[in-house]
Amino acid sequence: MAVATTTKTGARPSRSGRRPSVPAWVGTVPFFAYVAVFLLLPTGIVVVDALKNPNGSWAFSNISELGNPLVRGYFIGSLKLCLLSSVSGAVFGAILAYAVASGNPDGVVRRLYISASGVLAQFGGVTLAFAFLVLIGPVGLLFHASWYYDFPWGIGLIYTYFQIPLMVLVFLPAIDGLKVQWREASENLGSSAWQYWRYVGGPLLAPAFLGATLLLFANALSAFATIQAWENQIAYIVPQQISTALSSEVGLSNVNVADLLALGMVILVAIVMTGYALLQRRAARWLR
Amino acid sequence: MAAVTSLGETPIAPPARRPRGMQARRRRRLNAFRYVVFTVFGLFFILPLLAMARFSLEGATLGSWSLSGWRQIASYQNTGIPPLLSAIEITLELAVITCVVTLVLLVPTMIWIRLRVQWLARTVEFLCLLPLTIPAIVLVVGLGPIYNRIQHYSLSALMLFWVYVILALPYAYRALAAGLSAIDVTTLAEAARSLGASWFSVIVRVIAPNMWQAILNALLLTAALVLGEFTIAYLLLYTNLQEELYAISRNTPNASVVFSTSTAALLFAFALLLILSYVGRRRRGRG
Amino acid sequence: MEGLSRHYGPVVALDRLDLTLQPGELVALLGPSGCGKTTTLRLLAGLEDADTGYISVGGKDITRLSAAKRDMGMVFQAYSLFPHMTVRQNVAFGLRLRRVSAAQRDKRAIEMLDLVGLATQADRYPHQISGGQQQRVALARALAIEPQVLLLDEPLSALDAKVRAQLRDQIRRIQLEVGITTLFVTHDQEEALAIADRVGVMREGRLEQLAPPTEVYSRPATAFVAEFVGLSNRLTGEVRGGEVTVRGCTLPLVERDVPDGQVVALVRPEAVTLASHTAPEPGPLVGTVIAVTFLGATSRVTVDLGDTTVLAQLSTSDASALPAGSRVTLTIRPDPVLVSASSEPAAAADEEA
Repeated sequence: MAVATTTKTGARPSRSGRRPSVPAWVGTVPFFAYVAVFLLLPTGIVVVDALKNPNGSWAFSNISELGNPLVRGYFIGSLKLCLLSSVSGAVFGAILAYAVASGNPDGVVRRLYISASGVLAQFGGVTLAFAFLVLIGPVGLLFHASWYYDFPWGIGLIYTYFQIPLMVLVFLPAIDGLKVQWREASENLGSSAWQYWRYVGGPLLAPAFLGATLLLFANALSAFATIQAWENQIAYIVPQQISTALSSEVGLSNVNVADLLALGMVILVAIVMTGYALLQRRAARWLR
Repeated sequence: MAAVTSLGETPIAPPARRPRGMQARRRRRLNAFRYVVFTVFGLFFILPLLAMARFSLEGATLGSWSLSGWRQIASYQNTGIPPLLSAIEITLELAVITCVVTLVLLVPTMIWIRLRVQWLARTVEFLCLLPLTIPAIVLVVGLGPIYNRIQHYSLSALMLFWVYVILALPYAYRALAAGLSAIDVTTLAEAARSLGASWFSVIVRVIAPNMWQAILNALLLTAALVLGEFTIAYLLLYTNLQEELYAISRNTPNASVVFSTSTAALLFAFALLLILSYVGRRRRGRG
Repeated sequence: MEGLSRHYGPVVALDRLDLTLQPGELVALLGPSGCGKTTTLRLLAGLEDADTGYISVGGKDITRLSAAKRDMGMVFQAYSLFPHMTVRQNVAFGLRLRRVSAAQRDKRAIEMLDLVGLATQADRYPHQISGGQQQRVALARALAIEPQVLLLDEPLSALDAKVRAQLRDQIRRIQLEVGITTLFVTHDQEEALAIADRVGVMREGRLEQLAPPTEVYSRPATAFVAEFVGLSNRLTGEVRGGEVTVRGCTLPLVERDVPDGQVVALVRPEAVTLASHTAPEPGPLVGTVIAVTFLGATSRVTVDLGDTTVLAQLSTSDASALPAGSRVTLTIRPDPVLVSASSEPAAAADEEA
């Protein structure tokens, strides 16, 4: 068995004690370097450029541009769509998750729905928009939905299509975490099914549910491909506006608009994800 | 089969009979609910896919049937757009490269951290989950200047893999973390080291093989991600599969080849994940 | 309850079980896993349905009553408490469901917590208190609603040994103080023997014996009970005229009417006396000590008789004079023994370590 003395992942002692000790963390340098260049750097560039003038000087007041009515309009559009799709995704997804959770833990149905959820949660984007187009679009096979091109309803429905599976994936463990003993104890003490859900099941699932909804919200916020394929003439949401700003020929000034919008998105998503993380912690404490 | 018994006081004597259980009744109600739910949702999810499949078999006139959509996958070409096949090729190559790089980057790092540098664990976890918070579109805005400077027009779309790895980090990390937590990494490593293995061997020959299900999981998630990626390719003006489909549909609305390709990709991904769920059942995989 | 049967497909969990509990008594159901003791409890609680038979409490038939309407308090093996409520809220929960006023609820909750000795933890959350404390709170919660029957499903199994012993006595004390009819399920015979008024030994869905602990121990009704409760030595012997002769010792029989012939006698380790083979009065059997297991005040000595091994129980001071390797003589005290005609399968004495 040949023993290699160097590795692809950077310098680290191959036999301890043989060389002057190189600190162990050196082995993680490749990872950190990679992430720094391709994740942190672009993000940094976005933040910095958002706060600069076209000529390169600092302009922290650019932040106030986010309040500009035009920009606000896009954010409101984004919020509307995200709210609609995350709430509907959460509610329907929770129902589906409950149906899956209350069945045979090793059964075919459960495995099927979880695999399907894994695939469909990723199945956003261009192909999904096309699928709905041929289903309920102008030449729809099922019927023609007159509201198909209405914002946010038509696109909201499409978003819900991939939000529900995501909800199932995220929320199912929480439902699984509801111990059967709690239900039995509650009944034993005299509760009806409704009382159980109201006093025990509901409150226990609430943090997980809210957290999952927030996750769905962040997911919808970042989506771009789906809506672009649905309708690319009019920009409704922030990502579309960023796209327009990037591809516009007008030059450097528009780059700053894109940066600003991107910054706004990052702030928004960061807030949502923080909320999600906090709620997750509470849910994990009770339901694990 | 029975007369009387009581807890406590003077017994009475009702006849024995077969009780219709309350629990059984509740179970029946629950099952009815479940079947309804599964049917309704099943329909909701299947219908668009069926429509897509139907349209993939659409002929020249509306309502006719034809396999041309499927045959065109290999041959589709139109002015102003690269051939479909080349887009598929590029995307598949991208998937492979991204998978490899992601694994090479993550697996040794995660194992190393678990073994020797635990204090960095939370940092790495945070960084790996960060891409969930920084949408692809934001990355593009930040990457634009970098790519511009390298005059990317002359570079092949394969250069996208640098970013794709970042996009894949959250999913791959979670899959690998689940796999790592299921095995006793420290003990395995100590055992191997005491037998004289170098760190490289420990990682590649001892630990990694023991988490092959997690690695497979991570691979599939990464591949699925690359196959479905559109935003970055589109905004950086590269052509990958999704971008190509988008361009075709803008050009020729309802081209059946678009649907056939999409259906094929979807079936492929679903089959892979279904297999994975059976394979990963040998140990308790994540739900 | 009577005539209770429960099938799970081809598996018979309970086979026409009859069981009566007297008011105020604590009956322990003891048996290996799968014997049906938990099923019995859950049937009583209404958490499962019986296929046949019926259940009544205080003369009233409750077989068709839902679990929520039966007036019983239950303590589970684990995960009893609601994690999102404080201890106080947990205990008051049953009262809240019965629309008792908040002031009354609180008063009663504190009363109950006093009873179990945890009034000071009233505002803690379950994850902040120990396992033993959680079970005590669960007990308080079950008693708060003043049920007619208290049901305990292996409440101590998930706890450490030390806590187990303490809590077991506490439960018994409280049960006597409140005077509530109780059904206690366990697989630990020590627990059952220690606290029960009567012990019901179950096996494969049937009740093998239901009697006070001393009787179950010293006069087991079947071979299974004899081997499950306490240890037994299995020694071949011959029955003649109402007595059995085992290795030269004549012993009376528990059952008078065993036919003559070859049998396997079940002899308790305490009935085996050992003496060094140099002692003045040698017993009829000779053997060599293989091992001595220290159990605290007593020790168990394993003796090799050549063709079989025998367990003897002695005080530790006596056992220390007979280390491994010493030759000893054995006498079997003439306590009545149980015999079984053929080699009946030995009871699986522990499903747990």
